[in-house]
Amino acid sequence: MKLLRLKDRVLPGLPLTLGFTVLYLSLIVLIPLMALAIRSAGLSASEWWLTVTNARVLAAYKLSLLTSLFAAIVNLVFGLLLAWVLVRYRFPGKRIVDGLIDLPFALPTAVAGIALTTIYAPNGWVGSLLEPLGIKAAYSPLGITIALIFIGIPFVVRTVQPVLQDMESDMEEAAVLLGSYRWRIFRKIILPELIPPLLTGFALAFARGIGEYGSVVFISGNMPMKTEITPLLIITKLEQYEYNQAAAIAVGLLLISFLLLLLINVLQRWSNRRQSPIRKGG
Amino acid sequence: MAGIVTNTRARPSADRKPHLTETRAVRWALTGIALLFLALIVMLPLVSVIAESFRKGWDAYVTALTDPDALSALRLTMITALIAVPLNTVFGVAAAWAITKFRFRGKNLLITLIDLPFAVSPVISGLIYVLLFGAQGFLGPWLQQNDIHIIFATPGIVLATMFVTFPFVARELIPIMEAQGVHDEEAAVSLGARGWRVFRKVTLPNIKWGLLYGMILCNARAMGEFGAVSVVSGHIRGETNTLPLHIEILYNEYQFSAAFAVASLLMLLAVVTLVAKSILESRMSRDVEN
Amino acid sequence: MKSVHKIRLIVSAVLLAGLLSACGSNNNNTSPSSQAVNAESEPDPIELLNVSYDPTRELYEEYNKSFAEYWKKETGGTVTIKQSHGGSGKQSRAVIDGLEADVVTLALAYDIDAIAGKGLLKEDWQQSFEFNSTPYTSTIVFLVRKGNPKGVKDWDDLVKDGIEVITPNPKTSGGARWNYLAAWGYAEQKFNKDEAQVKDFIKKLFQNVPVLDSGARDATNTFVQREIGDVLLAWENEAYLALKEFGDKYEIVTPSLSILAEPPVAIVDKVVDKKGTRAAAEAYLKYLYTEEGQEIAAKNFYRPRLQSVADKYKDKFPQLNLITIKDHFGGWQEAQKKHFADGACLTKFTRRVPDKGPARGV
Repeated sequence: MKLLRLKDRVLPGLPLTLGFTVLYLSLIVLIPLMALAIRSAGLSASEWWLTVTNARVLAAYKLSLLTSLFAAIVNLVFGLLLAWVLVRYRFPGKRIVDGLIDLPFALPTAVAGIALTTIYAPNGWVGSLLEPLGIKAAYSPLGITIALIFIGIPFVVRTVQPVLQDMESDMEEAAVLLGSYRWRIFRKIILPELIPPLLTGFALAFARGIGEYGSVVFISGNMPMKTEITPLLIITKLEQYEYNQAAAIAVGLLLISFLLLLLINVLQRWSNRRQSPIRKGG
Repeated sequence: MAGIVTNTRARPSADRKPHLTETRAVRWALTGIALLFLALIVMLPLVSVIAESFRKGWDAYVTALTDPDALSALRLTMITALIAVPLNTVFGVAAAWAITKFRFRGKNLLITLIDLPFAVSPVISGLIYVLLFGAQGFLGPWLQQNDIHIIFATPGIVLATMFVTFPFVARELIPIMEAQGVHDEEAAVSLGARGWRVFRKVTLPNIKWGLLYGMILCNARAMGEFGAVSVVSGHIRGETNTLPLHIEILYNEYQFSAAFAVASLLMLLAVVTLVAKSILESRMSRDVEN
Repeated sequence: MKSVHKIRLIVSAVLLAGLLSACGSNNNNTSPSSQAVNAESEPDPIELLNVSYDPTRELYEEYNKSFAEYWKKETGGTVTIKQSHGGSGKQSRAVIDGLEADVVTLALAYDIDAIAGKGLLKEDWQQSFEFNSTPYTSTIVFLVRKGNPKGVKDWDDLVKDGIEVITPNPKTSGGARWNYLAAWGYAEQKFNKDEAQVKDFIKKLFQNVPVLDSGARDATNTFVQREIGDVLLAWENEAYLALKEFGDKYEIVTPSLSILAEPPVAIVDKVVDKKGTRAAAEAYLKYLYTEEGQEIAAKNFYRPRLQSVADKYKDKFPQLNLITIKDHFGGWQEAQKKHFADGACLTKFTRRVPDKGPARGV
């Protein structure tokens, strides 16, 4: 990240652009979010605590966090693998595969939701294969996890890919000369470099998963205490006219997301600062 | 969260010296596993949408797409995107200019706040507008007195869409403009150019592909948003249903192949987005090389 | 060269967008179902919004057409009816939040009471039309797979081990509340009002539910499209519709006792007064009680109120012992408090369903 050495402003437009930025940000994002905070403040602190620690709400938080976590872990592994294959190997159709990575990002979530449900339901293409094995994909936490893996895969691949691409081969060369094996080189030299982008991608996939709604509602089964995700619980509360409770649960979810976001920004600064490859082993 | 929209510039790093890569068997195995994963998770849904949408034949497919409700959903979706994308683009350019060309306090906070909509659950994005503009919300009574419709009407859908797609353009431009620094613009100013002209003649040519790329992503998301729009729409047939909501309705009316037919339309949009993106990427990298 | 490219790109993007939206509007104007064309020649075309619950889609699609013709004949004017469908509770919330419905036709009185509670219509709205403002009724029946492989005959069979029951979530779905209350009514009769046993019965029933969808239509989809479960607890009309759509794969089992489900209709006073549509809205709901309206209801598998129509469709709707919400549960407010509010009976039944391995199971 280049530091701007500009002390006195030479370029024009700061008041205009910054003013517009802050105004627009306030109108579209901040003021509406404030409304949420105020509505949630309609409950006292203890009521708020009671709402978000209600067994059903806790189960929903737990489910959302666990499935997102698990999906993010799967994406961590396969995202790294995909990025690796895409950067380092040659195979036919590579450009298409590379383009496909972004599909979950561009595909509307509702479309993803019904498509995944169709495939993984007990009478679907994959679901019917899993059924005899006693594995229930759709309408179980597994189904939710599959949807979240789908949603999250581009995040990991797209954060790891550029770093892997820009990686110089000097260190690898040196290691080969010193007689290291591939696996050892990967572990000792390549992986440490990839940890910051991997963590960023992981956090992004995780954050996206916690809040995901469209692709999950179709496949989740929506059983309270078992397969009811937090965003759905918010909608359910709304439908029961429990505005304050809905807002309270939303604030809880928002806090988690905001913490993750902060973590991501810290991680990104950390990875930007790590210029030299010879620092900190994995 | 710049990671999402980072460009991957193609570099010939795939051709590596034999001692710097794995054995052939390992390479094949890894590629195979990676592709299998991608096929299962990403390709299969794509194929299933196409297969399901043509299950009842071409005629049923066309009928589903030319149904008046489908067309009005398409129109609403386009209107929404046509409002939300340009506004977010203007915002993105302004924000990127302020953030990358100047130093000021609270810059990091500002960047985090711009990122915020990425991390907010779509359902919450819809909810906040209901809390604000709904009849029971803070501005509701006033809006009703003046007969202004925001939620359960187009403005609410546009607002929710704008919220969800808020960071895209800004997030795409900030790293590009940051990397370019301020030298060119400073030189132009010292030669006597004025503000708007500096932007148009110096900055814009440098960022145009990135800008377009951000807009395309913003557009794809704007047209496909489901959760947030679902909360503020009111689901009035032929009036406040966007394409994703129309899909849900068809799905709920046992018209599965019609639902998938409309879904395939949105999927086509996704594919077009991806193709446009890869074209832009190769242009960006060509510009960089020149 | 580059800027030429850019301009070309932008121009073609704009053209494409314009083209698409243009062909969208063109098609819409020429389509036969759009009333906009003939509206031009007449004064004051009226537009009504009917906010309804899930299973009435087919009913109101047919009914709206019939009413528009009737209105044209009676007054010479044009009326267009817009529809919005969704879970009953969700729809009621939307109206409270400002969705400008002229009429609401929901699954249960409680949801309209909620709207009345916000002052959008008068508290005694149920007196406005005949039969407590419920022009048609329905009941809760069982939909089973062809040949009834699990031999489901009555409510008792639903609590047996190894039976999977599909019902939507009573918290969010109006139909599911009727399901729940019907089961409760049966258990009360069976156990002679011994509340502990009744509760145990309901608890066992909900332990057999593998998927709890948020709306009646979602539940039907789960049962018929995803082929999950052995029995679907459904509105009678929803069950018949499934038979009609999916034909020979299912059959209907009528239990020995069920509940008389009364989905009410109401005019939203505040909206019609503001929009000046009261006359049309009133005519719209009254028409439901006429021979034509009742006939359409019966054709869409709702039990008609009008004797003449009821006689005509007698064979279609089997006679069974029906309890009512008013006599049996003391009305909706009471039932809500006892059964569906947070911390009430239902919460205890759906809680701690035996875990077969939650998130770890993945």
